[in-house]
Amino acid sequence: MSKQTAQSPSAEEKSSAGVIDRPEEVNSQQLARERDETIERQKERLSGLDADTLIELYRQMLLIRRFEEKAAEVYVAGKIGGFCHLYIGQEAVAVGAISTIRKDDYVVTSYREHGQALAKGMSANAIMAELFGKVTGCSKGKGGSMHMFDKDIGFLGGHGIVGGQIPLATGAAFASKYQGNDRVTMCFFGEAAVNQGAFHESLNMAQLWKVPCIYICENNQYGMGTSLERAMSLRDIAQKACAYEMTSEFVDGMDVLAVREAAQRAVERGRKESLPTLLEIRTYRFMGHSMSDPGNYRTRAEIEKYQERDPIKLFSATLKEEGVLTDAQLEEMDHKIRAEVEEAVKFAEESPEPPAEDLYTDVYANPIDPSHK
Amino acid sequence: MSTLTIREALNQALREELARDESVFLMGEEVGAYQGAYKVTKGLLEEFGGKRVIDTPITELGFAGLGVGAAMVGLRPIVEFMTFNFSILATDQIINSAAKMLYMSGGQFKIPIVFRGPGGSAFQVSSQHSQALESWYAHFPGIKVVMPSTPADAKGLLKSAIRDDDPVVFIEQERMYGNKGEVPDDPDFTIPLGVADVKREGKDVTIVARSLMVPVALKAAEALEQQGVSCEVIDPRTIRPLDIDTIVESVKKTNRVVVAEESHSTCGVNAEICTQIMERAFDYLDAPVKRISGVDVPMPYAKNLENLVVPDVNRVIAAVREVSYMD
Repeated sequence: MSKQTAQSPSAEEKSSAGVIDRPEEVNSQQLARERDETIERQKERLSGLDADTLIELYRQMLLIRRFEEKAAEVYVAGKIGGFCHLYIGQEAVAVGAISTIRKDDYVVTSYREHGQALAKGMSANAIMAELFGKVTGCSKGKGGSMHMFDKDIGFLGGHGIVGGQIPLATGAAFASKYQGNDRVTMCFFGEAAVNQGAFHESLNMAQLWKVPCIYICENNQYGMGTSLERAMSLRDIAQKACAYEMTSEFVDGMDVLAVREAAQRAVERGRKESLPTLLEIRTYRFMGHSMSDPGNYRTRAEIEKYQERDPIKLFSATLKEEGVLTDAQLEEMDHKIRAEVEEAVKFAEESPEPPAEDLYTDVYANPIDPSHK
Repeated sequence: MSTLTIREALNQALREELARDESVFLMGEEVGAYQGAYKVTKGLLEEFGGKRVIDTPITELGFAGLGVGAAMVGLRPIVEFMTFNFSILATDQIINSAAKMLYMSGGQFKIPIVFRGPGGSAFQVSSQHSQALESWYAHFPGIKVVMPSTPADAKGLLKSAIRDDDPVVFIEQERMYGNKGEVPDDPDFTIPLGVADVKREGKDVTIVARSLMVPVALKAAEALEQQGVSCEVIDPRTIRPLDIDTIVESVKKTNRVVVAEESHSTCGVNAEICTQIMERAFDYLDAPVKRISGVDVPMPYAKNLENLVVPDVNRVIAAVREVSYMD
């Protein structure tokens, strides 16, 4: 196990006393230092990557950001029902990781999935229409925000039970090995899911049977309203891999290139040796757990401090300083992306709802009519 | 035709389906090297190897979910629960993943998985090892539930379950693994899901029985024949979807019904069958439907107490006499 790019736990994280309603004030000097150091490291990682790749990484992150902002807007306007869990702040994780895999590789994730869906190649139209509950949605309107699927691009959902996706991903990876292809499976879950039994059962089997599954823990440090300190006895998640003799890494999730590099190592390990990896990727969500969450468990100050390490701002700063993109190009890209998202809303608005008969379809693949005689 | 035990019939079904389709594989605790806790999987590891027959750690939630994930991308897993009591640990993956996947993905991901193993009572294994869970699983759209009672049914239904593209919960009965019966030799012999079987024809009273209660009902029917009552015994075989038409056709003929199960009465499968009979055949009933279930207590260890729990031939006879107004 190696510690890549990590900051050692800050004073804030080391605090452990009793039940705390709000975490201590974040060390702003440290964050500013981290930000500058991240940009420096990103510049080093830039060498060897062509401009097109870098621009595409940035474009995808910005698309997710604008899409999620729009989702929040239309949710408040009543167009999206139920739960809506936004990915704002975590874009570098989905984009950096998924940029390293192929169309036929698998992604399995949680209900906070719009980012991974876009990164894997699902259209903004199909996702927005699904959020609106329209028949043109990727799940024909029967899944919603938490259950997006696309078989053609290996996007295996979209799962609502915390940690429920982890055994599923293990099974998809198991199947790849069984079927003799070199596909890998990426499984995304939050740090709170690490406490579920399903996590431990899955990692044990994956290492025991050597399946090519990449377990990506998006440690955004809060499971809904409960901070990591209040939920986990041993908070070093990457270290938990040693219980399974599994390779692991700790990654700075605000640096899309750091995520990409760690993911590349894991993908290679999966394809060449059919071995699993656990990546603990430290990140932060800028919005609440979901649209229903007023977020009383974090201070405004903490959020604003982490926003200084916004992965999109960091990366655009790096790209500008290295001359990959100009301000004008960045603005033009943003303009195009905003138009794409507006188009998705229009598509969703104008699409029809599922017909009433769809209530009864796809309950069974082989429906048996008991009155068949 | 061959005379086989239910255990042997299941073993044959597994062997034939493993040989027929490369994407079928079997996993569970002790299914391989140990030859199966109840010997249902005997010899399969030697014949098919460790890729197709997999011994798992004791990790029900994990391996059930692994099976569902593998099914999503083209494999056809047979997941054995050593007993269905242990399936409770896997319930999240059976109910939230397997049952829902096709629907919530808008028809994209079918789950051709079989969860099989013994359910219901055994002999003095006490409360945690004696539970009948078919009404739990039958409650959920997206799952099929099958319970065979004879060797031929076991073989034919298991083959169909493995070939079916939906999640099938296939509940065997430990007490019945040694029961013998005639089984067709045809390697393509299958029995369709969703079709009930008239195990014995009669004209006075319909007895609907499943799994362990089928031989009990048949014994009771023989005794009742001597008492002047002709019983028709119907085995649904598939609990969900239930072949209510066959049951109703019988009720129209006999006008009297007893439904027997070893599971608890409260919210059980018989409650469902009684309701459907009432909904569809009320006008044909000459007496209220009589429901016999296992006593509504956790299963005790002591032999004499356990014997009081599971319905026996005498309870069935008494019930038939009751709906016939004979006493």
